Amino acid sequence: MYHSIYDLVTGPLTWLGFGVLVLFGLYKMISMYSLAKKKDGSSIFYVKAKYGIRSILQWIIPFGTTGWKANPALTAATFVFHICLLATPIFLGAHIDMWDYNFGVSWPALPDQVADIMTVLVIAACCFFAYRRIADKNVAFVTTWKDWFALCVTVSPFITGFLAYHQIFNYQFMIVLHVVTGVAWLLFVPFGRLSHAIFGWYSRVYIASEFQGVRHVKDW
Amino acid sequence: MYNEIFDRKVDDIGLQTGIDRLTPEKIEKTIKQVLESETGAKLKVYNDTCVRCGMCAQACHYYMSHLDPSYSPVAKIHQSIKVLIDRAGKVGPDFIYQCAQIAYTECNLCRRCVHYCPLGVDTAYMMSTMRRICHKLGVTPQYIQDTAHSHSATMNQMWVKDDEWTDSLLWQEEEARDEFPDMRIPLDVDGADMMYSVIGPEPKFRTHLIYQAAAIFHEAGLSWTMPSLPGWDNSDMAMYSGDFEMMGRLKRSHFECAQKLHVKRIVMGECGHAFRSVYDQGNRWLGWSDYPVEVVHSVEFFAELFKAGKIKMQDKHPGKVTIHDPCNIIRGRGLMEHLRYLAHEICEEVVEMSPSAEYNYCCAAGGGVINCGPPFKNVRMEGNKIKADQLKAAYDKGVRTILAPCHNCHGGLEDIIHHYGIEMDIKFLGDIIYTNMVKTKAVE
Repeated sequence: MYHSIYDLVTGPLTWLGFGVLVLFGLYKMISMYSLAKKKDGSSIFYVKAKYGIRSILQWIIPFGTTGWKANPALTAATFVFHICLLATPIFLGAHIDMWDYNFGVSWPALPDQVADIMTVLVIAACCFFAYRRIADKNVAFVTTWKDWFALCVTVSPFITGFLAYHQIFNYQFMIVLHVVTGVAWLLFVPFGRLSHAIFGWYSRVYIASEFQGVRHVKDW
Repeated sequence: MYNEIFDRKVDDIGLQTGIDRLTPEKIEKTIKQVLESETGAKLKVYNDTCVRCGMCAQACHYYMSHLDPSYSPVAKIHQSIKVLIDRAGKVGPDFIYQCAQIAYTECNLCRRCVHYCPLGVDTAYMMSTMRRICHKLGVTPQYIQDTAHSHSATMNQMWVKDDEWTDSLLWQEEEARDEFPDMRIPLDVDGADMMYSVIGPEPKFRTHLIYQAAAIFHEAGLSWTMPSLPGWDNSDMAMYSGDFEMMGRLKRSHFECAQKLHVKRIVMGECGHAFRSVYDQGNRWLGWSDYPVEVVHSVEFFAELFKAGKIKMQDKHPGKVTIHDPCNIIRGRGLMEHLRYLAHEICEEVVEMSPSAEYNYCCAAGGGVINCGPPFKNVRMEGNKIKADQLKAAYDKGVRTILAPCHNCHGGLEDIIHHYGIEMDIKFLGDIIYTNMVKTKAVE
């Protein structure tokens, strides 16, 4: 029973997750681009890669922009969160083993203890974000179920992965839950709040071109 | 937010009459029409991907003045256009009133918030779209609508009739005879080096500014002209009321006027919003990648005159002067270095405000907010306490003069200094240059 569920979630369900991420991600990127070409012609006419790249580089430097400087705690949490969010699942030994087993590809893994700490950092950052959603009146005012949903989807695979790794509660249940929540993460990236992972780059390049190209001033 | 009571409703006859005419069907149809035919990926991306981090709050002078979360840029989106998008236009007339009040009177479209947004969300664009919807629904504050009507009826902002326009110019020329016997305000000179264009309120209320500009051009020995026919007014409140069709007509008229006179370029007076309309919005609505006649703001133009040695100062403006950076020419066009060069050329001592240049706080008058008239004056005064604090800090350093090369900023700052009792003078560049320049062509 357990094995068939495990095979189902790590097989077809995971394929579905990656499939939706890649196909819908691509579909949404292409459809959004063609919509921009059709409707936002007077904006994308001015878009230039050099402005976008300059702006993105500035924004991925911690404390490199006005916004980051003005919010040190949030900046630290945001950078730690995003780095660990991406690096942990990609460089986790157990995940690499699965890629190796299924596809015969592998790459260097993070030591388990490091990955463990990074997982805790993701969870801690999410706790901080949750705290802001409640305690910071500006954030609380504009928070809706969509924000909580995005936060829950994001943190769930890390919580379940942590519990599974440390064999807290039922391992078999937890590892299945980990895969299911991981797949949910993949499924939701192209939609709603999580879509900033895809479209944040678009909007950054666009606004950078408006500010640097049209308005002759930096956008940070 | 939809069900909450908007607790700061201001009575305005334009907004009230507008919503009285609405039906749910008309609202839904109009909103869908604007969203589907006039907006595209930009609005969708902004609406979906804003992560509600709240970092934009501290950028906004309304928020910084009230410290009330409902005034932050993201909150203004949250209480207006986001609801229209999420509900596909299914909202009631009262909610449209709320949207209009927020979009027209609680956001100056100054774009300071963009500097704080990690995702590059252009709140001003979303607010402009909100205004566009309100315009299409006929829900606009009475005073700004009157200005937009003036544009459509007279092609200028202030109901100035054609003969009144030339009469004002001739009057100023006559006034100048005592000081500069040979000075002319040239009208319709074909092939002049430059056409000087001003905003409607100049012939109406601030005619001396035209005198001053003419005196400076006369002293510099320039080949220049002003147009006698419509197109002389470069201002554009239709851009802010959401009447983009009229915005396009205005810009076309402005440029055609210059083209008919075969001038080499247009020099614009010390105005911010009109410049935004020319370089950023009006030209793009018309589908022009650039404008057909080169346009120079007077900040750049005066800097040129000084660098070329065509204007020299007799004396520098005495005492400490601070610079108020207008959003539309600084954050909007990067003219901060030109402005600083000039300030140091014409003033004895320049003391920077904090924050300054592209990070300066808005005057709370621009974006059409001051044009929404007396019903909303307190919105501007209470919503810009942060500016008063900024000015007081400069005052405490001994500054008594504010240099502000923008008409809206003048209006806004004058109200602020009176409301908060800050004893400072506000000057245009032209005020100081005219008063203190070497006048080789003057008598006495």
